[in-house]
Amino acid sequence: MRLHGRAHKFGDDVNTDYIISGRHKFKTLDMKELARHVMEDLDPEFSSKVSKGDFIVAGKNFGCGSSREQAPLAIINADISAVLAKSFARIFYRNCINTGLPVLECDTDLIQAGDELEVDLAAGVIHNLTSGVDIPIKPLPPVMLKILSDGGLVEHFKKHGTFKFD
Amino acid sequence: MGKTLAEKILSNKSGVDAYANEIVVADLDFVMGQDGTSPLAIQAFREMNGQKVFDRARVAMVIDHSAPSPLEGVSALHHGMREFAAEQGVILYDIGEGVCHQLMPERGHVVPGDLVIGADSHTCTYGAINAFSTGVGSTDLAAGIISGKLWFKVPESIKFVLNGELSPGVYSKDLILYLIGQVTADGATYMAAEFTGSAIRAMSVEARFTISNMAIEMGAKVGLMEADQKTISWVRRHTDRPFTPVAADPDAVYAEVREYDVSSLGPQVACPHTVDNVKPVEEVAGTPIQQCFIGTCTNGRLEDLRIAADILRGEKVNRGTRLIVAPASRQVMLDAIAEGIIQVFLEAGAAVVTPGCGCCVGTHNGVPSDGENVLSTANRNFKGRMGNNKAFIYLASPATVAASALTGRITDPRDFVK
Repeated sequence: MRLHGRAHKFGDDVNTDYIISGRHKFKTLDMKELARHVMEDLDPEFSSKVSKGDFIVAGKNFGCGSSREQAPLAIINADISAVLAKSFARIFYRNCINTGLPVLECDTDLIQAGDELEVDLAAGVIHNLTSGVDIPIKPLPPVMLKILSDGGLVEHFKKHGTFKFD
Repeated sequence: MGKTLAEKILSNKSGVDAYANEIVVADLDFVMGQDGTSPLAIQAFREMNGQKVFDRARVAMVIDHSAPSPLEGVSALHHGMREFAAEQGVILYDIGEGVCHQLMPERGHVVPGDLVIGADSHTCTYGAINAFSTGVGSTDLAAGIISGKLWFKVPESIKFVLNGELSPGVYSKDLILYLIGQVTADGATYMAAEFTGSAIRAMSVEARFTISNMAIEMGAKVGLMEADQKTISWVRRHTDRPFTPVAADPDAVYAEVREYDVSSLGPQVACPHTVDNVKPVEEVAGTPIQQCFIGTCTNGRLEDLRIAADILRGEKVNRGTRLIVAPASRQVMLDAIAEGIIQVFLEAGAAVVTPGCGCCVGTHNGVPSDGENVLSTANRNFKGRMGNNKAFIYLASPATVAASALTGRITDPRDFVK
């Protein structure tokens, strides 16, 4: 599977309150509505800058803070195809796998804002088409690969009725 | 090979002799969701073709984050939780009962040695009573509600050995803020934090909850402590469910051991806009404060309210500063009324609001204005956290917040502790 789009860069420790603020997320389960407010406290114009397939590219500890699953869902509904970061916070990382948002651990210093990227998930590599540099992606643990390949945890449960990793 | 607390509990619950970095599927003792996460979990439960919860006595839904409802949209989500709870017969804690992380141990749903998940990141709180408890998202919660199981990567552990004794006017909140400042917001990511040493043993169980509650703010999966006599008597007062405390082995392997002498530690303040931006109170003393908040799953317990009331008794909150108090639960509020503590707050000029999350999460009950400084006993000070991204949030102990409410500026509480 290949993803293609431009990089939107953020710094370290982007927390889930920044991804989708509490003042919005308690109101509705309409993720399209929440998607309009993604990253609003860091960049009020963010959702209008995104073209379909673009990437959020960040530093370390992306997704720290609250366990809200509205964070990955709002990112997905904002038409972001994947999040690239040096590292991710644990609960957010699980939530992304469960909801089917690719989260890619890689050296994001090699990506500048606006760079055009092509992500080859199967090969585990990001081609930075702007700089010509190839960036390796840290492989996912097998359990998470299994859940992702089933299409997320909902599909995994529909298929197996419980956790099945063998 | 010896085991850490995390390895022991996850081995017990999975039936596998498990060590760090292994993946296990383990049996859950209790599963909890709140009003920010349960609605999505209910949706996932339906999508997964869930018919019945695994055990209705071991599933609770808590309406605490935005309660009572301030908006039509929130009311609809609350309604969905009430309907699901009625249909499935699970435990529902409705508005005014309190914060989920106060209710779980207070109502006896968690005992030492348990494995608990909650769809709220501060579920790590019950590590203070020797339970492996951790936050998950809504889909993991739905899977747990259906199957009574969840998969875990057994975490490596980082041990904090806290020697010495806290000085008067210095509390467990100051200690955990200091530790977060030391290890930073991702210093313990994917790890179990274990807290031990004479400073922990000297603390009340309530004070220990404050420490475990904030383990997530250094990225940890859980903030575990061993059970001592204090733990056992505390839990016994809240449930008669049998339990077996779990201890770490002397030859357990830790990714890191950090040792501190806490005796010379002073009050600490986490400054905007990250929890690990921690400074000694002296460095920020004098900063004007427009809103003070005492409450939350971190510091809204009876002991916290007592500490604040001892400073506020017979005094008045500074003109130009607002003080909001949210007791952590109805029981805490009843006890505080019986002790005359709520009277002290009201006479000092505080607004006492419904037991629950109060203004911590930015949905209601005290959204600050542009440019205002807030001093809060909560666990997060992210930009926009309290509902306004142009406000500045500082975090401190109930004593520091109470003293600062009187002066209108960040104030060292040691001059006020009688």
